[in-house]
Amino acid sequence: MGQQTTNDKTSLTEQFFPNVDWVQMWEATYETIYMTALSTFFTFIIGLAIGLLLFLTAPYNMWANHIVHFLTGSIVNIFRSIPFIILIILLIPFTKFFFGSIRGANAALPALIIGAAPFYARMVLIGLREIDKGVIEAAKSMGAKTSTIIWKVLLPESSPAIFSGITVTSVTLVGYTAMAGVIGAGGLGHLAFLHGFQRNNPDVTLVATVIIVAIVFLLQWIGDTITAKVDKR
Amino acid sequence: MISIKELRKEFTVNDKKIVAVDNLTLDIEKGEIFGVIGYSGAGKSTFIRLLNGLEQPTSGEVFVNDKKFSHMKGESLRIARQKVSMIFQHFNLLWSRTVEENIEFPLEIAGVPKKERKQRVHHLIELVGLKGREKSYPSQLSGGQKQRVGIARALANEPDVLLGDEATSALDPETTDAILDLLVDINERLGITIVLITHEMHVIQKICHRVAVMEDGKIVETGKVLDVFQNPQETITKRFVSQLTGVEDTLPTLETIFQHYPNGSLIQLTFVGQTTEEPVLTELIRNFQVTASVVHGNMNQTKDGPYGTLIVHIDGETKQIHDALQYLQSIDVKAEVLNNGSTNNE
Ligand SMILES: Nc1ncnc2c1ncn2[C@@H]1O[C@H](COP(=O)(O)OP(=O)(O)OP(=O)(O)O)[C@@H](O)[C@H]1O
Ligand SMILES: [Mg+2]
Repeated sequence: MGQQTTNDKTSLTEQFFPNVDWVQMWEATYETIYMTALSTFFTFIIGLAIGLLLFLTAPYNMWANHIVHFLTGSIVNIFRSIPFIILIILLIPFTKFFFGSIRGANAALPALIIGAAPFYARMVLIGLREIDKGVIEAAKSMGAKTSTIIWKVLLPESSPAIFSGITVTSVTLVGYTAMAGVIGAGGLGHLAFLHGFQRNNPDVTLVATVIIVAIVFLLQWIGDTITAKVDKR
Repeated sequence: MISIKELRKEFTVNDKKIVAVDNLTLDIEKGEIFGVIGYSGAGKSTFIRLLNGLEQPTSGEVFVNDKKFSHMKGESLRIARQKVSMIFQHFNLLWSRTVEENIEFPLEIAGVPKKERKQRVHHLIELVGLKGREKSYPSQLSGGQKQRVGIARALANEPDVLLGDEATSALDPETTDAILDLLVDINERLGITIVLITHEMHVIQKICHRVAVMEDGKIVETGKVLDVFQNPQETITKRFVSQLTGVEDTLPTLETIFQHYPNGSLIQLTFVGQTTEEPVLTELIRNFQVTASVVHGNMNQTKDGPYGTLIVHIDGETKQIHDALQYLQSIDVKAEVLNNGSTNNE
């Protein structure tokens, strides 16, 4: 009976998706997940650091510094306003220098991270600003060092914003990987464009889209679960 | 214990200079509960923040335990702060931590080993009466319970001084009393000096030994709570005292009372200490040919004994009223004859 079902299934998939090469499809899925995971990880670290820097150097805060605050803020705003597809093009010389080629999943990482980190840094900053000033003052009154305040007050107290922010950012990054794919980074976007669109195989585009949607749903679900778990307000 | 010398703090806002604390000199004794009362903007919060270095003075000095707190910086200030802890109006607990983790926080800062931290937290939770709520998050607690966590947290590093900025102002009257009782208990058991900032006379009356009245950055009057209550000198102090006795509330109705009692005298009696225990009015009626009826009354318990006021209408012959008044003076009751629209010391 099991044999029978498998045969039916094989024939069904062949019937509906005649042009889909499943090995190629899973490979592309792996590449998309790889690019999303790595770029999300680095965006998280870099965005968090920039967000903290923006917060701490703001007027009246612990490292209040007008120049650093202004420069960091300006860089964030500039990179945030460059459309991603243009950012990729701008970064081509840089990518060539470091990776020797602009093709492949790794070559897409700098653009993905530079595109997403400023966006995430802003969200982190908003989360940090929502922390009750009184709590920071209480920690100071207990004799806490700035590093203690960062690790034990700022980060835990803004954790819901940190996690919901990285969820939104990772979803955006899935979209960015698809765009990067069009110029040769690989992944599902690449597959959908090259094999689906250019060779006129709508079934390939459809399957690639469904998998991307599934990845986005999964990311959103993981993110929502973590955010709900850390939020004890 | 705490010695404040010509302390001054200026802020500059939009090129305008604001003097929040103005040449303030004050000594607070070891082990006392000292209250500072004043209206909004008097500079109370700025003053208390100068005591633990959250604010640096423009000039002047603060000594706590013979250690110069003002102008202290960096590591030495951080360590010194562990012995001068603070509780807040809005509790300022970390919502991301449970009750026990919140209390543990200052111990982590002080670098106390984990095992000892757990022991101390356990002890503190018992001290403030929060047993069974160790694993709760602040969002699951009432205001009073949150302040208990705040107090336990403040006591964690065994401080010499506990500073409270409007520590009960966000609480209802009953919870306020429970928290004040806890503070007295801590003061008596651990001998910690407590400085409380408030705008509520009730707090001063209930637990403070001494009080300072603050206005425009200056201390305009200071002394033992009962003395200040009995003999307020400044207008602002009188206003605070009447906040407690409720005389102010009845003053608009004095007009009506005078219309009611066209004859005789209205007398405000101020009782302090033991005299309240004695049946003063009974004695009055028994010994003099006067009638006495209570128009308004109010009695408060302070740390050093009861304190209260009575407004009494006395009628009778002029001579008898005069003698009655003299009797009242002789037994240490302060008597003021209220005239229509004003008061007059007799
Ligand atoms: N950081 C600051 N910058 C500028 N001005 C300040 C600052 N802190 C306090 N002030 C000013 O100092 C004065 C005293 O303020 P403070 O907060 O000490 O008063 P307060 O007696 O605690 O009042 P409240 O009962 O409303 O809390 C006010 O005029 C206030 O505007
Ligand atoms: Mg205040």
